[in-house]
Amino acid sequence: MAAKKAAAVKGKGAKQAKTPVATGGRAWKFGDNIDTDAIIPGRFLVLNTPEELSRHAFEGTRDEFAKKVKAGDVVVGGKNFGCGSSREHAPLALIGSGIHVVLAQSFARIFFRNSINTGVLPVVCPKANTIADGANVTLHLKEGYVEAGGKKLAIEPVPPFMQKIADAGGLVEYAKGLKEVPGCTKSQQ
Amino acid sequence: MGATIVEKIFSRKCGSDIRAGEVVMAPIDGAMIHDITGPLAIRKFSEMGGKHVFDPKRVIMLFDHQIPADSLEAAQNHVFMRKFAKEQGIYNYDINEGVCHQVVLEKGRAAPGEIVVGADSHTCMYGAAGAFATGIGSTDMGFALKFGALYFKVPQTIRAEVSGKFSRRVGAKDLILAIAADIGADGATYQAIEFTGKTMEKMDMPGRMTCCNMAIEMGAKAGIVPPDKITWEYMKGRRKMKPFALASDADAKYAEKRTYNVSDLEPQVAIPHNVDTGVPVGKVEGTHIDQVFIGSCTNGRYEDLAEAAEVLGKKKFSPKVRVLVIPASRDEYLKALEHGLVEKFVKAGALVEAPCCGPCMGGSFGLIAPGEVSLSTSNRNFKGRQGSTEGKVYLCSPATAAASAIKGEIADPREV
Repeated sequence: MAAKKAAAVKGKGAKQAKTPVATGGRAWKFGDNIDTDAIIPGRFLVLNTPEELSRHAFEGTRDEFAKKVKAGDVVVGGKNFGCGSSREHAPLALIGSGIHVVLAQSFARIFFRNSINTGVLPVVCPKANTIADGANVTLHLKEGYVEAGGKKLAIEPVPPFMQKIADAGGLVEYAKGLKEVPGCTKSQQ
Repeated sequence: MGATIVEKIFSRKCGSDIRAGEVVMAPIDGAMIHDITGPLAIRKFSEMGGKHVFDPKRVIMLFDHQIPADSLEAAQNHVFMRKFAKEQGIYNYDINEGVCHQVVLEKGRAAPGEIVVGADSHTCMYGAAGAFATGIGSTDMGFALKFGALYFKVPQTIRAEVSGKFSRRVGAKDLILAIAADIGADGATYQAIEFTGKTMEKMDMPGRMTCCNMAIEMGAKAGIVPPDKITWEYMKGRRKMKPFALASDADAKYAEKRTYNVSDLEPQVAIPHNVDTGVPVGKVEGTHIDQVFIGSCTNGRYEDLAEAAEVLGKKKFSPKVRVLVIPASRDEYLKALEHGLVEKFVKAGALVEAPCCGPCMGGSFGLIAPGEVSLSTSNRNFKGRQGSTEGKVYLCSPATAAASAIKGEIADPREV
């Protein structure tokens, strides 16, 4: 299946600047409780760049992933995607693979936050489990749905504060815009 | 409406009434980085324009995952971090102190009422000392190092009330494996778990650490035991602080309340490849094992090793299994040494290693081959966690690990 390249993604490993409005590609389907060890095994954590890490993405879990993934493809998980370790190497390995969107029924907390911070958009799609492996997936973020295999599935909006960080292009870019952090500030989620 | 202990900690730090669900920028009391996630955190700190960390005295650095350096890349990461520590005036516990979470608590770097973040998911262990502690990624850590503050969504709390008396050779690890099986791998996502009740009030600090350590295995942001006499006793000599009251109000709003009675609890074993699969040991008795690992931040303390040694008695470990014993820190190692445990383990056929994470993360030594089975006192049995993705990892208590190592297969510690 030919992957439809998204306008926001310039190539495998390309750095994402802004949240993609619509991105499309092949669905790489995974099940429930995909842990960060599965995304990038512990023995590769000595590596620090998305490019190096991407060569080992899903190694031992789905070996063909690293070889066949194309920029703009979408990782699709079930419940509790990204559980386990706090290793940011997991979203980085995805970024290096050209993955900028993960769709899942639910996400583990640290992975969700790490993804937003680094520039992978974690999108909650309650029916992500119905998406077939290899299906063509197009995300319509503003409209609030994902098109997969010809069907439209609802997605949940990213929490407003997280969206602000995602819009800035990740936490590093967001932080660059801050001169100092004002004491304790509250913002409603 | 009253407040939970977590809401009180955030309110105390922020100087205003903070409730679950709110997103706050809160000041932090401590930030921990280690040799795996640290290099990336330092790079993110620099990318954000960071020049000086917010307070070198509140940054905790140590090496535990790959020590002594087991590859050229690990050695380079260590050099990179040592240089940063020197430049910034951060005290570095380097390779000789032990596993990060154990060291943080031993050195009094997390205390009741504090907010501590660590670039490691098991940072939630500091809840044993009454701190709100949570694991974060490297970019969040870069931000925390620069600003001394971080955004938090203040979590709702699940109250786990524990009552009853543990049977012989049943303890904290069996309890937390049973709670994980009950709540599920994602049952506490974005929430805190407060461990309370008569049994927790009597539980020693090592047991509380074991429970809080594994809160993340249910997706929780934090685990916490309200500070009491036992907590303040532990803090003595580690941290100069006057004890103060910190507990949830009786009318606090909880996400849910769950009750557990440990009186009939049997030794638990979590079967591969998820942590929430705890079953009574009887269900897996006789299962083939190739390696037994007694150690990790979950169960590598002196008390854990003493429990294993008690089960061992004058017996020998089975020649059919490789037994790795790794104390969680230098202090724990020294205690084990002074009490003759190290000699006992070595004579029984175990390999006793210097304090570190060991095979727990599968990044260093002690890995298992395809088809091999590990029985481990650590916190995760994910596929490939301790080496090959075609291997299997079972989780259990130190007593069950020792009994199984003697028998050469998974065994009930009450029968050895």
